[in-house]
Amino acid sequence: MNGKILIEFFINVFSMGSLYALIALGLVFVFGICQLINFAYGEFITVSAYILYFVGTFTNLPWPIVFLIAILVGVAVGYISELVAFRPFRGRSLDALLVTSFAISVILQNMFQIGISPRSKPVPVPAVLAQNVNLFGVTTPLRNIVMIITTIVLLVVLTLIMKYTPLGIAMRGASENFVTARLMGVPANQVISVAFIICGFLAGVVAIFWSCRTGSVEPMMGGTPLNIGFIAVVIGGMYSLPGAVAGGYVYAFISNTLSLVLPTTLLSYRDAIMFIIVITFLLLRPEGLIRGSYQEERVG
Amino acid sequence: MKTKKNTISATPNVTGSFSSFDFAGKWSTPLFLIVIYVVIGFFIWWLNIPFIEDIFTSSTINLIMVLGFQMYMGNSGILNWSYVGYAGIGAFFSAIFSMDPMLKSMQIPTMYPFLVKLHLPFILALFAGALIATLVAALIAWPLMRLSDSVGAITQFALLIVINVVLSQWSQVTNGPRTFTLGGSRKTTYELVMAVAVLVIIAVFMFKESSLGLKLRATRDDRYAARSSGINFIAVRYVGYVASAFIAGFAGGLYSHYILSITAASFYLSQLFVVLSMLVIGGSMSVSGAFFGTLVVTLARQGLSQVELGLTRSGFEAYGMTEIVVAILMIIFLIWRPNGLTGGRELTLNSFKRLIGKKKLKPTGNRKKMEEII
Repeated sequence: MNGKILIEFFINVFSMGSLYALIALGLVFVFGICQLINFAYGEFITVSAYILYFVGTFTNLPWPIVFLIAILVGVAVGYISELVAFRPFRGRSLDALLVTSFAISVILQNMFQIGISPRSKPVPVPAVLAQNVNLFGVTTPLRNIVMIITTIVLLVVLTLIMKYTPLGIAMRGASENFVTARLMGVPANQVISVAFIICGFLAGVVAIFWSCRTGSVEPMMGGTPLNIGFIAVVIGGMYSLPGAVAGGYVYAFISNTLSLVLPTTLLSYRDAIMFIIVITFLLLRPEGLIRGSYQEERVG
Repeated sequence: MKTKKNTISATPNVTGSFSSFDFAGKWSTPLFLIVIYVVIGFFIWWLNIPFIEDIFTSSTINLIMVLGFQMYMGNSGILNWSYVGYAGIGAFFSAIFSMDPMLKSMQIPTMYPFLVKLHLPFILALFAGALIATLVAALIAWPLMRLSDSVGAITQFALLIVINVVLSQWSQVTNGPRTFTLGGSRKTTYELVMAVAVLVIIAVFMFKESSLGLKLRATRDDRYAARSSGINFIAVRYVGYVASAFIAGFAGGLYSHYILSITAASFYLSQLFVVLSMLVIGGSMSVSGAFFGTLVVTLARQGLSQVELGLTRSGFEAYGMTEIVVAILMIIFLIWRPNGLTGGRELTLNSFKRLIGKKKLKPTGNRKKMEEII
């Protein structure tokens, strides 16, 4: 009985952690290179979720193609927003970038409200993913397993790209020190665009799994994944990709543990507790669990 | 020997001109802003249209919020996301203090008994609410003041979420996720907000020009240089942050007694966006920027919401268009005029003189040249 709960707990932690790791990864790719906390990331996810809703509801395309379209749109949104809104701010102050990404998030949210509907829409989900499977004597929806496998595959592919391709090496160089990387001939525009494209791609993947879990999409849904991404990134380490992944799993572990341990009256404060953990982390260990190329950010 | 004497005799003159009460220079700014504000206020009072008076009152509450926002953000250069959270704290607590105990136990049956018993006159309740916001800021802010740049921004953002979650869940104080209804009549009057706004303009300007404000601006411009000239920037930031939380709390109290029913969601990202867009468009580095930003954005918002209403009436759902336009405006400003309308400068009598002077100087210069030629 007790062992079963433990297995269930760990399956939950791993599947949710995988999703959170992907969310955090999308944030870190952009942050590592431009130092930009991309507030519009949540809305990238919402766009892809809306595409899932439209294509899935109004056409009869097979599921893999629907997913592919959603991911491609995520990529396009990432790339276009970089071109239109972030490129003019290259070299400007951090606050200007932050405010811009916040403004873009507001623009997108209101566009969904006007263009689609302020109310939530049901997202069709392939029945296969909702099926229950038996794992170590515990029944769990198939999507949890798929989520874990997808994440592992994506992580391996991304690691290989970052390690061995010229583009990946250029990106790692740019995140270490952007100015020096440019002096060495790394094309700045290309590297930043690719970072945003990867961010959009991950947003697309996250959208698929996120809407599989919630089954609906609404204009403001981007807030929750964004907050989760923040926490995971801060815990894991803002300048390192493995750190972001670790942060995602740690977040899932802490939040699942809190749901088990906290009494019901305190459960609604879970988010507040998570963010207090974030603030504590920023104060005591601002470089996160895994130290990346941490840059001087604070004095005193 | 001689040169040394010269420099010594030259210095008192320079300091003398700085220390004298420079009325045409910097001190004309608050006067100008107050005159403009009061003229608008009296004009609207003279028009005597309730609809426009309501707009004026609610915009003045925004103005007070933006001024307090400028006080910390403009002088320290740190984007203070948590600011509207303090407005929320002030709003809820001033409402708790000012409400009649009978009414309170009816409206919010879950409230702690000791809070139900509390009762203060309205003005004192406003101060008490603001003081509680200040107290919360004073208790948590000290360690956070070390953080700058993106780490600082994330911390402040996280703090805003923490405040929001607590306000929206603590049913014994804020009625939880349900609406907190104050009941009774509207206590935030036209005259009151005008008086407060005038005082806040003066206070924010005095803060900027005080030695504390000067130190804070020094930490904004160059953190390390400020520190090496002996400025304890944590302390300076701390005082600025806590003081701006007081103004936020006070504005929040005015807001709750104006709107009469509040939820924690009123003090979250959408309100932050309103305040931030006003400050960014006006120019965050100056008090004039906060003032004119509020003025311009308020006018734009009112115009746009009329268009929105018209479109919705004709069958086209357009709620949210205002936000989109303001957001685009903000991005455009950040790209082409990152220091806002005012460019980070204050409006002074001297700046007018300079404008007029330039026009007058040209002909005299020409005449002089002509005379020389003749």
